[in-house]
Amino acid sequence: MAAGKNIRYLAAPKLGMMRKKYCRFKKSGIKYIDYKNPEFLLKFVNEQGKILPRRLSGNSLKYQRKVAQAVKRSRQLALLPYVTDLLK
Amino acid sequence: MNQYETVIIFTPVLSDDDVKRTEEAYKDFLRSNGGEIVAEEHWGLKQLAYNIKKKSTGIYYVLEYKGPSDITGKLDIQFNRDENVLRFATIRLDKYSIDYNERKRRGEIGRNAKTGAHAANKLNKEKEKAEA
Repeated sequence: MAAGKNIRYLAAPKLGMMRKKYCRFKKSGIKYIDYKNPEFLLKFVNEQGKILPRRLSGNSLKYQRKVAQAVKRSRQLALLPYVTDLLK
Repeated sequence: MNQYETVIIFTPVLSDDDVKRTEEAYKDFLRSNGGEIVAEEHWGLKQLAYNIKKKSTGIYYVLEYKGPSDITGKLDIQFNRDENVLRFATIRLDKYSIDYNERKRRGEIGRNAKTGAHAANKLNKEKEKAEA
């Protein structure tokens, strides 16, 4: 049979190399996340102003907690919105 | 003794003199209650991310101070009585945040921090002033 010509993959081949995620705070040695800097915190929220999960941001647990704390403080002081659309 | 940081949002209807007077009043209050002012920051009029008391802007003021632990409670009462304060938040600083704030004041944090451009600019400006 012509089995050699149409080889079927069991799993779809990955397109491109997957880049490993890393915690930017661990990597660059940042110890404190400033809640007074909303431009920086924008990196950790989505367009609706929700905090991104660790799965997407790549933060370590320790710093994800600190990011969440900073975002929430920033919201209290009206530096970041609680709910919105088209934040970015 | 702890080190604290308080962010205060004043109503935008206050005039500049009024803002200065209230800021001085709070500083005097802190000093008279055993506090010690470390630093202050005036952000001025800023757009709020959402309306507070039907105001869309506010005058931001950041105060950093050392003091005994009962000072924040006393200060909270003052803020709650003051109609000109839209919102306030007091945060106890740990060793990392104290370090961060000090470096920020020296201009080592921010976009120009790596090259030291910010610090260099400041020095140059001071030199020019001295020469003039």
